[in-house]
Amino acid sequence: MPIVECDAVNKIYQQGRVEVAALQDINLHIPEGAFIALAGPSGSGKTTLLNLIGGLDTATSGTIRVVGKSMAKLTQTQLAQLRLSQVGFVFQSYNLIPVLSAQENVEFVMLLQGIPAAERTGRARSILDTVGLKDKYKRRPAELSGGQQQRVAVARAIVANPAIVLADEPTANLDSKTGQGLLELMQQMNTERNVTFIFATHDQMVMQYAERVVYLKDGRIKTDTLKQHRDKVEPK
Amino acid sequence: MNMHVQIGWRNIWRNPKRTAVILTAIIIGVWSMIFLSGLMRGIADQMVRNGISNLTGHLQLHPHHYRRDPSVDHRISDAERLAAVLRQNLPAGAVWSRRVRVNAVAGNARHSSGVTLVGIDPAKEAQLSFVSSAITRGRYLRSGDNRGIIVGKALLAKYETRLGRKLVLMSQDATGEISSRAFRITGVFQTELKATEKQFVFVNLTAVQKMLQIDSAISEIAVLLPSHQQADAVAGQLRQALAEHKIDVSTWQDLLPLVKATIKIYDSFIFLWFLVVFIAMGFGIVNTTLMAVFERIREFGLLKALGMRPGWIMRMVLTESLFLLMLGLLAGNLLGMLSIYALAETGIDLSAFAAGLEFVGMGRIIFPVVQIRDVVGANLVVVVLGLAVSAYPAYKAAHFTPVQALTHT
Repeated sequence: MPIVECDAVNKIYQQGRVEVAALQDINLHIPEGAFIALAGPSGSGKTTLLNLIGGLDTATSGTIRVVGKSMAKLTQTQLAQLRLSQVGFVFQSYNLIPVLSAQENVEFVMLLQGIPAAERTGRARSILDTVGLKDKYKRRPAELSGGQQQRVAVARAIVANPAIVLADEPTANLDSKTGQGLLELMQQMNTERNVTFIFATHDQMVMQYAERVVYLKDGRIKTDTLKQHRDKVEPK
Repeated sequence: MNMHVQIGWRNIWRNPKRTAVILTAIIIGVWSMIFLSGLMRGIADQMVRNGISNLTGHLQLHPHHYRRDPSVDHRISDAERLAAVLRQNLPAGAVWSRRVRVNAVAGNARHSSGVTLVGIDPAKEAQLSFVSSAITRGRYLRSGDNRGIIVGKALLAKYETRLGRKLVLMSQDATGEISSRAFRITGVFQTELKATEKQFVFVNLTAVQKMLQIDSAISEIAVLLPSHQQADAVAGQLRQALAEHKIDVSTWQDLLPLVKATIKIYDSFIFLWFLVVFIAMGFGIVNTTLMAVFERIREFGLLKALGMRPGWIMRMVLTESLFLLMLGLLAGNLLGMLSIYALAETGIDLSAFAAGLEFVGMGRIIFPVVQIRDVVGANLVVVVLGLAVSAYPAYKAAHFTPVQALTHT
C-alpha cells in the first residue's frame, strides 16, 4: 500500500480577486521506503505539494492520504499529532530552534512525544554520532556551519522513527561537497531504516540521488521517472 | 530542568535590552505598589494608634445619651457594679480606667477658652493612654493630689503661663450651677498633635467629682484590649452583659468615624493605584510579548511543522511572560521591602505639612507599615493580570497557520 496517495489534488490560492492555481489535478502514489524528488522550476508547485503531504496546508479539492489517513478529515490537533508521530521535516533554512543546543534540538521532538529524559538523551546522542556530530552536542545553531545545522535537522527529522521525511530544498544553502555528504547520509537512513524521503528540489545532485523524479511545471506533473528502470512513467 | 522551562528562560534573554526595559517597568511598578501601600498603611496605622492612645482606647462605655450630650447630667452612678461586669467579661490582659469627661472653660489672667476637662485615676490611666508618657516638664498626677493639673505645651504657650501657676476651671455641676475651682499646673504634656495639647486638661478623678458634686459617679470607662482586632467581639459581649444597665458600648471605629472613613478611602486609593500601575505595566507587557512573537513567526511555523500543538505554543509564550513577571516581582518586592526597612527607624518627616496633617489626626513623621494582604494583592495583580494580557500574543503565536508562518519574511 502506498504511504502517500494524492488523487485529483488541486490547490488554488486567492490573491486579491485573482485565483492562482498552484496545483492542478495531481495524482501521485509513493510507496513506503521511496527516495523521491519533486523537481521543477520556482513556482512549479513542488513546495506546495510537500506542504499538503505534510499537513501544513490543505488542498482545495481532491484527496490526500498519508499513512492511510485522509488529511482533509483530520483536525489541526490531529494533523499536529500525525506530524509528530509520522512525519519529519527538513527545511532550507530556519531549521533549528536557536536557543537550544544541537542535542536539545534533536531531543525536542521526543520531548513533545513524551519520551523520558534519559531515553531522549541516549537516542539524540546516538543519532548525532551517526550524522557525524559526535563532538557538537552542546553547540547552539549559531555555533555550527550550514552543513552541520542541516545534519542536526536530519537527525531531528529521523530520531523519532517517522514513516516519512519531507525535505524542502535541503541542499540549497550548502556547497556541493557538504550537500553530497548530506544526501549520502539521508540515503543511508533510507536504506537502513526504510524511511520514505520526499524532496522538493531544483538541485541536479538531489535528482541524481533520487530513485524517482517527479517533475512539475505550472502546478502539473509533467514527468514521473523511475530511474532504476530508466523508463518514463506517465502521470496517472 | 524541564526543557519547556529552559526554552522559556532562554527565550527571554534573546533580546536582553528589551527584557531589561520591561523588567525595569515591572520592578518600578511592583516597588511603587508595595512602597506606597506601605506608606498609606503607615499613615492609617498612625491615625488609629494616635486616636486610640488619645483617650479613646479600644472600647468606651458611656451612659445613654452621653455621646449626644457629653454633660454632667449623663453619668454612671453605680460604677462599682459596672466594674464587676467588666472584670467578668474582659479578656486577660485588658486594662480599663474610669473617667469624668466634661466640657469646661479654663482661664487665667491673660486668657480663657473652652477645654475638655478629664478627671482620671492616675495609676490606671497611665496603663492605657498617652498622658503619663507624654509629660515633658514637671510631673505626672499623683493619687490624692487634688489641686494639680496637667496641661498641654501649646495651651501653656497660649495662656502665657508656666509650671506652678494657677489655672481656673469652670463647668456646670450636678445641680445645674456653674462650679469653679483653681488648680496649680504640675505637669506639661507634649503630643504629635497641637490640637490635643490645646484641648485636654487632666486632673484627679476625685477632684472633678468633688467640683461637679457627683459623688463617685463617672462619665466614661475606657478599655484597652490586648489587640484592636478583639474590639468588635468584646463590645458585643459587653452589650449583652450590660443590656439592663442603660450603658452604651462603643468601639474605636464608632468613636473615630473620621479615621474609619479615612482608612476606607485609603483602601480605595491603594486599589486605584494598583490598577493604574498595572494598566501602564500591562501595555508594556503586551507590547514586549507581541514584539517577541512577531519576530519569531517562522520559528512558530517550524514548531508547528514539528508537531507542536497550538496549546503547547500558547503555554511556551505564557511561560516566557511568567518568567518576566516573576523576575520583576522578585526584584520589585525586594526593592519595596528594602525601602520600607530603610525607613522603619527614621520614617518620613512631613513636618512641612504638619498643620494639614494634624487636621486629619496624622503625626509629623510617617512610618511605613507592611500589610501582607497588600503585598499578596500586588503580586497577584501582576501575575494574574500579567498572564491575562499575555494571552493575546500567545494566542496569536499559537494560531499562525504553519505555511503562513514558514513563508513569513
